[in-house]
Amino acid sequence: MFTNFFFELKKAKVPVTIREYLGLIEALKAGVHSYKIDDFYYLSRLCLVKDEKNFDKFDRVFCHVFKGLESVSEDQLAQIPEEWLRKLAEKTLTEEEKKLIESLGGWDKLMETLKKRLEEQKGRHQGGSKWIGTAGTSPFGAYGYNPEGVRIGQDKSRNRRAVKVWDKREYQNLNEDVALGVRNIKVALKRLRQFARQGAPEELDLDTTIHKTAENAGYLDIVMRPERRNRVKVLMFFDIGGSMDDHIKDCEELFSAARTEFKHMEYFYFHNCLYERVWKDNRRRHTEVTQTWKVLHTYPHDYKVIFVGDATMSPYEIAYPGGSVEHWNEEAGQAWMERVLHVYHRAIWLNPVAEQYWEHTPSIKMMRQLMTNRMFPLTLEGLTRGMKELAR
Amino acid sequence: MRFQGTDSYVATDDLMIAVNASIALQRPLLVKGEPGTGKTMLAFEVAKALKKPLIQWHIKSTTKAQQGLYEYDAVSRLRDSQLGDGRVSDIHNYIVKGKLWEAFTAPESVVLLIDEIDKADIEFPNDLLLELDRMEFFVYETQEVVKAVNRPIVIISSNNEKELPDAFLRRCFFHYIRFPDKETMLRIIDSHYPGIQKALVREALGIFYEIRDVPGLKKKPSTSELLDWLKLLMVEDMPAETLRSRDPKTIIPPLHGALLKNEQDVHLFERLAFLSKRERG
Repeated sequence: MFTNFFFELKKAKVPVTIREYLGLIEALKAGVHSYKIDDFYYLSRLCLVKDEKNFDKFDRVFCHVFKGLESVSEDQLAQIPEEWLRKLAEKTLTEEEKKLIESLGGWDKLMETLKKRLEEQKGRHQGGSKWIGTAGTSPFGAYGYNPEGVRIGQDKSRNRRAVKVWDKREYQNLNEDVALGVRNIKVALKRLRQFARQGAPEELDLDTTIHKTAENAGYLDIVMRPERRNRVKVLMFFDIGGSMDDHIKDCEELFSAARTEFKHMEYFYFHNCLYERVWKDNRRRHTEVTQTWKVLHTYPHDYKVIFVGDATMSPYEIAYPGGSVEHWNEEAGQAWMERVLHVYHRAIWLNPVAEQYWEHTPSIKMMRQLMTNRMFPLTLEGLTRGMKELAR
Repeated sequence: MRFQGTDSYVATDDLMIAVNASIALQRPLLVKGEPGTGKTMLAFEVAKALKKPLIQWHIKSTTKAQQGLYEYDAVSRLRDSQLGDGRVSDIHNYIVKGKLWEAFTAPESVVLLIDEIDKADIEFPNDLLLELDRMEFFVYETQEVVKAVNRPIVIISSNNEKELPDAFLRRCFFHYIRFPDKETMLRIIDSHYPGIQKALVREALGIFYEIRDVPGLKKKPSTSELLDWLKLLMVEDMPAETLRSRDPKTIIPPLHGALLKNEQDVHLFERLAFLSKRERG
């Protein structure tokens, strides 16, 4: 019945399964809702979406699949958006205008472009020459000057309900890539947990005590064991200064979350690329430095390494000796990165630069290659992916 | 049997559909939302509206799924055996029923609240899959199956501290309580304090949403904080004019302690209020 809707949701990466779909059908059969589109929206969201961060995606798909349904009567509920578009346009276009459209490459092509733009465009638009809106020169829109334009949403549809729930996109902020805050980061970091019992026995091991007592012919034999604790150990390297100044807030939040989340956490700063020395206090970066060799020797290989940096620099800074902008480095940054990665098998790079720009910056591409693709954007979603990688 | 909200609880359309769907299809309802938007209250109000008893199971970080089913009190049996107590021979004496067992065997269908499920260990929800799905479990010690006589209405609240496993989510209906808009908020206030002055509410709400819009607050005030604050204002008999005039000496709203629970937030708010006053002045 709503298979199209179901597959559209899947396409939009909303995690839905057959089980949820059947749940929706069951709920519809049980007659939980009245036959109003709003109720149907709430009910389908209830059944199909299991996380508020997917609400926004759901809203978009819902809007796309059921476009136009709210204005037709209930017995016509089977209309598909394409037909609806066609009807709307046919009603508003004169014969002459239609001929013009034919001359411009035909009806189907125009409709196809229109549909594509409807999908691309979110929100109201006015003026301009491409988007659908009012008073523009684009072929799609209303009150415009383009005679071959398709009118959308003029006079006749004004009596429709003003704003639809799913059109408001109220859950946009809950979308994963948007919000980042100390608390959210902590939740993401929680994925990196390794519980183990180590240290002094402090807790009564009830099961073994009972077992031992039974073996001991009923005389008490108490067994103690150490408590379970998060044993994960993390080594963090922060890029600081220069282009990183733009991302200072994100890094601060990440740092404070990591400090409270990981009991065993060590951090060092570097600039642009890792070289033979790192430092712990940025104000005394030239006087109090730690040799990178020492770091490699101090922290055993079961530490997990997280680099935080934008990796945006000149490629020379990675590839050549003496490439550093701050000092003369005997060995290339590349060599140092390889050394670190050789000691610590679990390592990731978190990059505050948005993922879509990575391809356009050669140094990011190089660094990503060095990290064997283990570079993740500094967003909630990226953090989660990164933690998964580290926890493997 | 339909839930429509109660005198003291304003349920929005989507929440009503969620509750009614989970009652009709006998599936657990998972409720998430900002702290203070009435997740736990929902279970209380559903129980009240449907006139059913409420069984609450509050989850802590140390709670195990097994504790909700039953616990075998081995230690007291051991003690009794060493003292030669006659009860020892019957193992039933040492099986302590958990909240789920209680809910399953209650004479009438009950509302079961599993509060703050995200506090427990990551594996906790997985250990309850079958129990919540089929509403039955097996007692190993006595070799019996406990099956729900009347399937309880299960409401589960989560504060999003941990992500819940997919298999668990698939068995639940999911509802996210949005932060109420002004209109809903007025209804909520009205249901709590029926006689309250309209002018006071208007001024207070203005300030409240203003505070919520302050960027960078560590903890945004929520519905429950607003209600507390209003109550304080009423107790102090604060006239609406005081809220409106905003005495320049007291930039921050009176009795702000009910709204801002963190001294950094108070500082931040003071700074911003000071700046905006300077711009206006």
